Amino acid sequence: MKTEWDVVVIGAGPAGLTAATEAAGLGLDTLVVDEQPAPGGQIYRSVEAVHTRRTKDAALLGPDYGHGLDLVRRFRDANIPYWPETGVWQVTEDGELGITRAGEAGLLKARRIIAAAGAQERPVPIPGWTLPGVMGAGGAQVLFKSAGMIPRGRTVIAGTGPLVLLVAGQLSDAGAEIAAVLDTVTQADYHMAAGHLFSALKASDYVLKGLAMMVKLRRRGIPVHAGVRAVSVTGSDRAAGVAYTDPKGTTHSLAADTVLLHDGVVPSTQLTRQLDCTHGWHHTQRYWYPVTDAWGTTSCETLAVAGDCAGITGAKAAEASGRLAALDTATRLGRLSAVNRERRAMALLAFQRRHTAVRPLLDQLYQPRLSLPAGTPDDTILCRCEEVTAGAIRAAVADGCLGPNQLKAFTRCGMGPCQGRMCGLSVAELIAAERRVPVMQVGYYRIRPPIKPVTLGALAAMAPTAPAPPDPLDT
Amino acid sequence: MFRARHDTPPEDGVTVTIDGHDVTVPPDTSVAAAALLAGLDHVRTTPVSGTPRAPYCMMGICFDCLMEIDGVPNRQACLEIVRPGMTVRRQDGARSLGAAP
Ligand SMILES: Cc1cc2nc3c(=O)[nH]c(=O)nc-3n(C[C@H](O)[C@@H](O)[C@H](O)COP(=O)(O)OP(=O)(O)OC[C@H]3O[C@@H](n4cnc5c(N)ncnc54)[C@H](O)[C@@H]3O)c2cc1C
Ligand code: FES
Repeated sequence: MKTEWDVVVIGAGPAGLTAATEAAGLGLDTLVVDEQPAPGGQIYRSVEAVHTRRTKDAALLGPDYGHGLDLVRRFRDANIPYWPETGVWQVTEDGELGITRAGEAGLLKARRIIAAAGAQERPVPIPGWTLPGVMGAGGAQVLFKSAGMIPRGRTVIAGTGPLVLLVAGQLSDAGAEIAAVLDTVTQADYHMAAGHLFSALKASDYVLKGLAMMVKLRRRGIPVHAGVRAVSVTGSDRAAGVAYTDPKGTTHSLAADTVLLHDGVVPSTQLTRQLDCTHGWHHTQRYWYPVTDAWGTTSCETLAVAGDCAGITGAKAAEASGRLAALDTATRLGRLSAVNRERRAMALLAFQRRHTAVRPLLDQLYQPRLSLPAGTPDDTILCRCEEVTAGAIRAAVADGCLGPNQLKAFTRCGMGPCQGRMCGLSVAELIAAERRVPVMQVGYYRIRPPIKPVTLGALAAMAPTAPAPPDPLDT
Repeated sequence: MFRARHDTPPEDGVTVTIDGHDVTVPPDTSVAAAALLAGLDHVRTTPVSGTPRAPYCMMGICFDCLMEIDGVPNRQACLEIVRPGMTVRRQDGARSLGAAP
């Protein structure tokens, strides 16, 4: 296994693919690692397989998905070393990366690391969300893209965000029975968001696509209930239905075999947290992001971030940010003059501006609501791993708990295998709401490596120089 | 919970055994997807209260898909790709992660 590289790119989504293609094109010895079996990232998941073996599904996923094939082909044509099914469990300031590949652990050394780790769906801690039969809407879309699978029986999609309408349309096209879409967006949200319409028109294709998705659902006769609140999943051993309140305050219930939840996507910050990079708080979309310069360099200079893990700007903007991070990396490593970096960056920055112009509108319109824990009933689970409820967290705050790290000692919250990926945001929000202080003041879990499971056997088999990382549960 | 849009004939797919049921799936399917296709409603029970859980995120985030794969517990089934002859079991309880030999 070759261990020394100029650049290691983490992630083979649009940001990672373009970063790697650009870096290799500038003569940098570049490696791409991704824990998925094939390139494409979340948006273009399984795009090669779909376009070669499942062409009927390709037609359903449309040209936006097909665009991923161009990116992947350009990447493949460049013959850049690419290790799929390779997870990164640690990065260090010195450019060391801990990886697992085929069950074995190893260490790599890079002069620069570009993390293009993407986003995750925001966890939606509502009553009943841990029941079998409940899944993220993005998770259901993964099943469709990667395996041609669709939900059986009556399916209800609840929450908000561009992905709600997209997934509802795609699954319906594919033959799923979408019984209803429960959207938390209100009339007032539309009025507020209209203030951003002018800037969004620079990217009017996004707005038009959004409208087309609404029209499609309407034509299909799929009811879209707007302005819903207090959504909960009903059922004892598995999901049996959904209850919600309409804008007039009337409670309704619907039978459902599958419930798909979605409240937007948030940056994957596990890598930047593990390196203790400086993070900021996005006030409208309520997520943490690593603070960077225009090229994606974090507060740790060895590490640049690109794509949605740097802040949610979507797949097209991710392409530009990947290339910008690669240009800057080439300059730092002496392959490209600063003048040439700037010259090449101009068109990329313009492209990025065009594709981020719609964000203020989307951010305002699709504010997370279901996942905000202020009104969450006490018996609702926030930490799925350790089964810690909102009530237990409120009690801990009443007993003097000030933030997420202290909460671990009070309740074990955040100490399970997901390392807070599923509760970190809601826990910070809930503590902040209880203490009546800003979320920034409450902070986030301290994340220690390994951030992906590594077996003790794999570590023991690793080169003897490697420091043994602490146990993930020993925090 | 989920169904495949297209059947996979045994000669085109990979056959794995999940909780005693043989299921044939396309070659690059994840174990978690295969488990859902095999008709499993839940893939594990939790160590804390023993309640059933099913895959939630399908992208390595939630750890609700932990299963025993070829005798090794605590594997994230949504990140593992099926291999011919694989034996997969539902996982009951079992807290410690990565404690496999
Ligand atoms: C489930 C889901 C579905 C989505 N579907 C759509 C869609 O249909 N349309 C749309 O416009 N947007 C979609 N998005 C939004 C998405 O964020 C896109 O904007 C786009 O995929 C972002 O590109 P990216 O390159 O930044 O990251 P991604 O495409 O997410 O790629 C990141 C890659 O990094 C890898 N990775 C992360 N951490 C590690 C690690 N530690 N070790 C190894 N590899 C790692 C992941 O496996 C992944 O392949 C979706 C998001 C999610 C979470
Ligand atoms: S389904 Fe979430 S980690 Fe596998």
